[in-house]
Amino acid sequence: MVAGYLFISPWVIGFLVFVVGSLLASLFLSFTNWNALSRPQFIGLRNYAKLLLDDPLFWKSVKVTALYSLSIPLNLVFGLLIAILLNQKIKGLGIFRTIYYLPSVIVGVAVSLLWVWIFNPRFGVFNLFLAQVFGIAGPAWLADETWVIPALIIMSLWGVGGPMLIYLAALQNVPTSYYEAAIVDGANAWQRFLRITVPMISPVILFNLIMGIIQSFQVFTPAYVMTEGGPNHASLVYVLYLYRHAFQWYRMGYAAAQAWILFVIILAMTLVVLRSSAAWVYYESRK
Amino acid sequence: MSSVTLVRYYERQSVRRRVTMAFVYLALAAGGVVIMAPFVWMLSTALKVPGTEFVYPPQLFTRPLHWENFSNGWTALPFTRWFFNTSVITLLSVSGAVFSSSLVAYGFARLEFPGRTALFVILLSTMMLPFHVRLIPMFITFRFLGWIDTYLPLVVPFFFGGVPFFIFLVRQFFLTIPLEMEDAAAIDGAGVFVTFLLIILPLSRPVLGVVGVFAFIRVWNDFLEPLIYLHSMEKMTLSLGLRFFQDQDFTDWTRLMAVSIVVLIPSLVLFFVAQKYYIHGVVTTGIKG
Repeated sequence: MVAGYLFISPWVIGFLVFVVGSLLASLFLSFTNWNALSRPQFIGLRNYAKLLLDDPLFWKSVKVTALYSLSIPLNLVFGLLIAILLNQKIKGLGIFRTIYYLPSVIVGVAVSLLWVWIFNPRFGVFNLFLAQVFGIAGPAWLADETWVIPALIIMSLWGVGGPMLIYLAALQNVPTSYYEAAIVDGANAWQRFLRITVPMISPVILFNLIMGIIQSFQVFTPAYVMTEGGPNHASLVYVLYLYRHAFQWYRMGYAAAQAWILFVIILAMTLVVLRSSAAWVYYESRK
Repeated sequence: MSSVTLVRYYERQSVRRRVTMAFVYLALAAGGVVIMAPFVWMLSTALKVPGTEFVYPPQLFTRPLHWENFSNGWTALPFTRWFFNTSVITLLSVSGAVFSSSLVAYGFARLEFPGRTALFVILLSTMMLPFHVRLIPMFITFRFLGWIDTYLPLVVPFFFGGVPFFIFLVRQFFLTIPLEMEDAAAIDGAGVFVTFLLIILPLSRPVLGVVGVFAFIRVWNDFLEPLIYLHSMEKMTLSLGLRFFQDQDFTDWTRLMAVSIVVLIPSLVLFFVAQKYYIHGVVTTGIKG
């Protein structure tokens, strides 16, 4: 019995210090005015009141993040589409799978900088492609208030291999006999997709959806590296605004309040999705 | 009866199926080109004469190829130093992740103690916790400890099960190991630690490899945490260093792309080497998670 506790003790210590301790500390800090140097000054709910009622940039950052979260359904749909194509008993599955997954392996600054160059209005490959193939003069992307978030969403679609890989594994687990039974009963391809494929893979749709929510609401690196939140705050994503309060302006209490609002937003969305999942997620073991 | 229906169905489908498959290959190939295009663009830029990336219309590959951009870019800034720093941080973090996840996972998979299930549920729920809620107090704690501008804030959490997902992954693997092996060891008088060290760990190389690769890719490419914790130039990581190319008034894209390729290569190589296990790890998360 003691051995059990000994084995899990690294995690227990880490959990108490880095999770419980820091959650409590940040909750406390969110009720204070603190510049990280002097003593924290208790101000009750004033950080929250200012954020919600008197900080237009806060709402801007919420709007920008909500707009960016359009990448979630796009990633879900494209990921599933590619996975279905890959699941057609094709030759060279391994090669295709590797190619599509490759961008998901590399994230971070190098990739963000690469996309700055890709989206260069005049010399970038994206507008070159639009001009040569479609004869369209592309927008200024990262320098254009309207197009900066669509640009970041396009970039996020490059990482569609993540959800794709999980869909693919789920698709491969659907027994062929189900489809054959449906064929015997005269179901067409679309009916088989809706009545067999979608219910059978619905647990991983749920998983990809929740991961998508968590990831897209916490996006930081692309906005920081590629646009610094601009132009005119058009890409001021939530965590970037939080980062500025905490680590550029040293308004730790205010930033802690921002962090907790983000936590509540993500938690609420996750719970809504989980609640709704009873209606559309099918678990075979609970027939 | 039903098999006759199926045979008829597949016969009727054979022509249609060929058309469909042609479309499938075409779509996959087109998508593959789109996915690979940024990589090609990156390499093409890295091999141009500095300055000629701003020639319109852009050419993909113009001879001669300027491989010297790689060495010139690398030595333009202290990248060797940053490479060394990033390697040290990554190696320590990977060791910490493998150490803590294997120990803790064994506790949860095999040892009996009160509250085991409840604690494991808590561990799973922390997988969903947004990292940013803890960012500020962790920064304050590390500052209080005098750890700012050291590698400790980046490395130490990994030794304390900082990524619950790794623990989950290893535990799932331990559950597949037959109990007989441990029973036999127990009959021979081996204690829990000995069994863990000599029987379980050697069997677990594949899953520990996956944890290692995941941790490597995560730490090697991390940006936000080094940005917060590392301030002096000589302690920075590659992720932080790359930005100095861009911070100047004029961005030299040829050398920036060349150095970016070098920065990305370790993750890519590791992915290719461990691909089979890596993909299995990703899939386990989604399917059983």
